[in-house]
Amino acid sequence: MSKFDVNKIRSDFPVFTDKSLVYLDSAATTQKPKQVIDAVSDFYSNYYANVHRGIYELSMKATEAYHSARQKVANFINSSDWRSIVFTGGTTESINLVAYSWARKNLKTGDEILITEMEHHSNIVPWQLVAKETGVILKYIPINTNGTLDLSNIDELLTNKTKLVSVIHQSNVFGTINPIKKIITHAKRVNALTFIDAAQSITHSQVDVQDLDCDFLAFSGHKMLGPTGIGVLYGKPELLDSMTPFMGGGDMINSVTMTKSTWNDIPYKFEAGTPNIAQAIGLGAAIDYINEIGISNIHKYIQHLLNIALEKLRAIDKLTIYGHQVGESSSVISFNLEGVHPHDLAQFLDQDGIAVRAGHHCAQPIMDKLGVSSTIRASFYLYNTEKEIDKLCANLIKTAKFFKGL
Amino acid sequence: MNELQELYQQVIIDHNHNPRNFHEIEHPSHSAKGHNPLCGDKIDIYLTIKENIITEVSFMGSGCAISKASSSLMTEALIGKTVTEAQKLFDSVHNMITSGKADAEDIGKLAVLSGVHKFPARVKCAILPWHTMKNALEKKTQTAITE
Ligand SMILES: Cc1ncc(COP(=O)(O)O)c(C=O)c1O
Repeated sequence: MSKFDVNKIRSDFPVFTDKSLVYLDSAATTQKPKQVIDAVSDFYSNYYANVHRGIYELSMKATEAYHSARQKVANFINSSDWRSIVFTGGTTESINLVAYSWARKNLKTGDEILITEMEHHSNIVPWQLVAKETGVILKYIPINTNGTLDLSNIDELLTNKTKLVSVIHQSNVFGTINPIKKIITHAKRVNALTFIDAAQSITHSQVDVQDLDCDFLAFSGHKMLGPTGIGVLYGKPELLDSMTPFMGGGDMINSVTMTKSTWNDIPYKFEAGTPNIAQAIGLGAAIDYINEIGISNIHKYIQHLLNIALEKLRAIDKLTIYGHQVGESSSVISFNLEGVHPHDLAQFLDQDGIAVRAGHHCAQPIMDKLGVSSTIRASFYLYNTEKEIDKLCANLIKTAKFFKGL
Repeated sequence: MNELQELYQQVIIDHNHNPRNFHEIEHPSHSAKGHNPLCGDKIDIYLTIKENIITEVSFMGSGCAISKASSSLMTEALIGKTVTEAQKLFDSVHNMITSGKADAEDIGKLAVLSGVHKFPARVKCAILPWHTMKNALEKKTQTAITE
């Protein structure tokens, strides 16, 4: 870990000037480095204008910056074509875009969509709505209680009726990294399209859309050091081209008459109205920041934190960790402490400045499978330290003791 | 000891470990379900009301220490009360948990819950059983009107 200087990284994040904050909720959303905050502020202060509209200098500068952010995203996920990058409000909107513009238009009663029991609600509910409206059947790849997917029956779950397979790359509850390449290969055998929810994995792994050869992929800016209100839908250009618009309005049209409009080219066809320009520019700055450090260095560092955290948490009496038993996983750890409800536990940790999540993490089907109503989730990112893990563990032990003594 | 520990000391010592009326009533005259979608906690409230008096009240469910203690305290407080008194008590408790002021006449032992107001994220936990109880009562009121 010699090259990776966590103290220097921490000094880039204004929020950590409050020394008492132990932020362990990056799986929900990450803190922002000043490079991102400054990029957004620079846009608002120095060259703010609408995009694609003005022929004046300022608007051209804004348009350039917006386009450059898109190019950065394309490079980041190794897409050779910037037109494959649609800016959305976030992962949720990206999934809904495909549910409206592709699934509702192309699927009919009896067709099947295959997802998994490990999905975030945002990759369940949009398909449930499609199913309800169209008669499409929604099927689930089951999970094992150890937090991995049970792929033993995948060839039975995939039939010639399966039109779409949509899978979470990394679990936001267990941290499990799913074998998406293998799942994509299986899906291709029945000619189903593939959608990858990369909201968690994008933060630390080399997501390569050419290597994966998926049809769609989505992620959110705010989970990768960028602003809220910006997300990405990657789609294969020929596929995006064949789809109808999601929302209608300005910017997404070529011409409008009283009776009919023609659509703009991709990706603009899917970006109706004034886009989230500042947020896209901020996302571009976040990608620059990540590239500067190096995504593989980030990966190595958080993997190192994960190993330490697992070792120390496992040593705590009456603490159950969900997942992290077999296969690959990342630095998201869900656990429970016997005798202390997660809500109470999170409140006690908060007293000492430790921010963890308590709840179902937008994944109620997983909670049902585990037979719990909620868990504590601690997630680590590039700015967290070993010391913070020690503080977490010490507080867990202290709280368990307090509750035992009541 | 800090404020949080104090709150837990006072509230939980008894009611979380040894909740009162923690069971189902087989044929309740009133019942309702409560759910906190934020944390996934679930609660069932059962009441038997005879001639406008609450003669039996109980709860079931999974919840944090605060919601469990609040439920337990609530069941103790409600027994013997009329429906109108129960509704008035809901208002008093609601005011107390959101303001921290435990000055309503009918509060009594429930005053231990006043400390919850210092922890805004937990107000919902404490109030959930009370909302559920209110729903149970009101459903009956509505049917009573149509009868
Ligand atoms: C795996 C996963 N998918 C989707 C989402 C939804 O992302 P957003 O709320 O940014 O749309 C999240 C965020 O919680 C997530 O963790």
